[in-house]
Amino acid sequence: MSARHPMDESIDAGRRQALRLAGGGLAVAFLWSAGAGPALAQMSARRQPDDAAAAAADGNPPFAPNAFVRVGADGSVRLVMPSAEMGQAIYTGIAMMLAEELGVGLDQVKVEHSPPNDALYGLPLLGGGQVTGGSTSTRGQWQVLREAGAVAREMLVAAAAAQWHVDPASCSVARGVITHVPSGRTLGFGAVADAAGKLPQPAKVTLKQRKDFTLIGKPLRRVDSADKVNGGTQFGIDVKVPGMKIAAVKTSPELAGTLGRVDEMQARAIPGVIDVLKLGDAVAVVGEHYWAAQRGLESLVIEWTPGVNAHLDTETLVAGLRESSEKGPAIVGRKPKGEAAAGGKLVEASFVSPMLAHATMEPLNATVHVTPGHCEIWTGTQVPTRVVKEAARICGIPAEAVTVNNQYLGGGFGRRLETDQVEQAVAFAKQVTYPLKVIWSREEDIRHDRVRPLYFDRISATLGADGKPTSWKHRITSGTVLGRWMPGAMGKDGMDSDAIESAADLPYDMDNVLVEWVRHEMPPGLVVGWWRGVGPTHNLFIVESFIDELAHVAGKDPLAYRRSLMKPGSRALGVLDLAAEKIGWGSQPLPARVGRGIAVGSPFGSHVCAIVEAEVTPQGTVRLRKAVVAVDNGITVNPSSVQAQMQGGLLFGLSAAMYSGITLKNGVIEQSNFHDYRNLRINEVPEIAVYSVENDEAPGGIGEVGTAIAAPALANAIFAATGVRLRELPISRTQLAASPDALKRVASTGEHKEDVA
Amino acid sequence: MVTLRVNGEDRQADVPPDMPLLWVLRDVVGLTGTKFGCGIAQCGACTVHLDGQPVRSCQLPVSAVGDRAITTIEGIGSTAEGAKVQQAWLALDVVQCGYCQSGQIMSATALLARTPNPSDRDIDAAMAGNICRCGTYVRIREAIKQAATGEVHGLQVVVDGSTT
Repeated sequence: MSARHPMDESIDAGRRQALRLAGGGLAVAFLWSAGAGPALAQMSARRQPDDAAAAAADGNPPFAPNAFVRVGADGSVRLVMPSAEMGQAIYTGIAMMLAEELGVGLDQVKVEHSPPNDALYGLPLLGGGQVTGGSTSTRGQWQVLREAGAVAREMLVAAAAAQWHVDPASCSVARGVITHVPSGRTLGFGAVADAAGKLPQPAKVTLKQRKDFTLIGKPLRRVDSADKVNGGTQFGIDVKVPGMKIAAVKTSPELAGTLGRVDEMQARAIPGVIDVLKLGDAVAVVGEHYWAAQRGLESLVIEWTPGVNAHLDTETLVAGLRESSEKGPAIVGRKPKGEAAAGGKLVEASFVSPMLAHATMEPLNATVHVTPGHCEIWTGTQVPTRVVKEAARICGIPAEAVTVNNQYLGGGFGRRLETDQVEQAVAFAKQVTYPLKVIWSREEDIRHDRVRPLYFDRISATLGADGKPTSWKHRITSGTVLGRWMPGAMGKDGMDSDAIESAADLPYDMDNVLVEWVRHEMPPGLVVGWWRGVGPTHNLFIVESFIDELAHVAGKDPLAYRRSLMKPGSRALGVLDLAAEKIGWGSQPLPARVGRGIAVGSPFGSHVCAIVEAEVTPQGTVRLRKAVVAVDNGITVNPSSVQAQMQGGLLFGLSAAMYSGITLKNGVIEQSNFHDYRNLRINEVPEIAVYSVENDEAPGGIGEVGTAIAAPALANAIFAATGVRLRELPISRTQLAASPDALKRVASTGEHKEDVA
Repeated sequence: MVTLRVNGEDRQADVPPDMPLLWVLRDVVGLTGTKFGCGIAQCGACTVHLDGQPVRSCQLPVSAVGDRAITTIEGIGSTAEGAKVQQAWLALDVVQCGYCQSGQIMSATALLARTPNPSDRDIDAAMAGNICRCGTYVRIREAIKQAATGEVHGLQVVVDGSTT
């Protein structure tokens, strides 16, 4: 889109290729084919060298034309899920894409977890790895999975047609039955499965037109709903293996500290305690059940050896980032085009965005059985092949000797893109002969999270006589997730594309834009990780807070100001207008102390606008009153899933904005459980209306879009209600009433006029 | 050795008296639908019923159960309110990751058993102890209203094949 052309100049060829693969979305982060090298794995609609072994291990069905479809002689259809299900309803979406072309009902299929295999299930969008992340599963598999369903269908039809001696083109398929239309004869998939399995694969298949879809586009029930409402779903933590024991763990509270002396006498005396196991930085107590293990762990007398972070605190980290922001070196993510006009009004701001924990409802866990020459693992992971690789390394065995059984994930949010907890479990399990389930307590889960990076931002703009920016400068300073997680995907210039996503690709039509990133290494032990919405969650907070501020300085309505900067007909403008219309922006005055805030952006190949209405009490307490979200994600596979992801994603972002922040003292994460790492509860949650723009564009991402747009909409609502501009998250009550000035504005907000949206 | 009445069946467990009911259910009885979320009664994932009353099983010593009947997510569908709640949960596809949903359904069922037609305020009071990180709260509220009234609240999902 033309609004974004300026950015292309600063993107290297690899990144541009990745963008094309994304199917029209200009989401930069997570699209890493640039770094994958020549051996880019490609999941395929057709049979691959690894398929025979994979199908044999999967019950050896008579018809297994590719890595995704299994048809039994009884006509049963099983679909293998290349992605991990962590709540985002991707199993349902994948099953719909496959079933649509295969010609079966969603009620007729069973889904199953895929085995770890990059060659069969690697996502080109993510550099070929079998990775579920970056809101890429639908947009990255939309084409290949429908094609995989079509390949299977055409082979089944060919088998039936051969049996009838008719033209395959005279046959139709629906709900697992092939019909010869002229004669009305029918055959079920099961009857031709064996014959179809012996046929050559079609080189070309024809995919359905959108108007002919029978499944895609309908709000079909999730394939995993039934078991999730009766307690039947097996998550990693629920795995039972014969002879299994259970371990509770404590890792050095100080990040990078190590384990010293351990007095285990009392622990061993507790009934049910079996073993005490040690690693360089952690100790585990093994019990017959988790309770014995946990009591044993509490009974240990542990001496920790201080590490390099013994004096580290959050203030030091922020000061370090601030200093790097001043000194650089800065890598340019988007270059200004042309010269900025002279003069104008300069507006400047700086922001601090906190570290964040994931706090998946299911605490991290893994069950591991190490036997001579073999290692078997049961865990819920977003990166099964990485689990294989790490387990092989730790056990000193080849990757082929590692079995990973993926499970349903009780939340991912990026935490299960890491393998640290599984690695630790393998290292403990290696010391014993029995299968070992290692469960992190909630306290361990939060204190040893791989947190969302801490960010320091400086941003400035010059406004011309008409109030519009004549120049825009944004310098982001942070640690890098991508640089550790997939160093090969970093730009040749050292750029972390995730760090600048939704900062460099703005929905606003401005030429003189400079976006830079300064890499600031975090201390050892403070490992930063992916967190729902990744770069855009941070950048949209800065960009959309600042645009709102510019509107205020220019004396314009925040909606009108944004509109004036957007290209007519752009998709971002479409969602902005839709959200504004639905909430009735400007149609009636709001009560005192109530404000509405807008945020709009184009993260993950989709376009989204959120408008949040919030009230701020004279004491500085924020109450959410209402939210409207408009989204344009191109073709929707399942509208129920999109609504759920937008509602849930928004709440995930609002929770973080209101309450969440990980802080360090003496190298220890200060938060530990849901009492001090708070999450929104139902009584704090407003009604959230979700509206979609209908069009024929290729699907965009959905899982992280709502999260990424949440914080700025809320911060702007708080500004509208109080006149207090938040430069730091989370929005704590103390922040809103911290300074005498802020307190005065919060307390006297009844006279404030910006709240008339 | 304690004898527990779980979902209508007597179950024997050789466990220490201070062991929380959660771990007795999960690791000894073998019913894993009840979830461990926080261990300090902050999140509600471990909610079960004792004689119909919702309790946080992670903080309840097994010795405190006495002869009260334990109902877990695996058994709640055999109560009238539990079945209605599960039906509504399915009609709206409330679940996402699903991990907290056992506890949500147990709390919602207990609410409907004592307050057949709950107000928003009643829902807030009964459900505020159950955290959902996926943020399914909007649909939880709708599903409780639907279960209570039998009237449609919110987007209803479609079961494929039900109309053909």
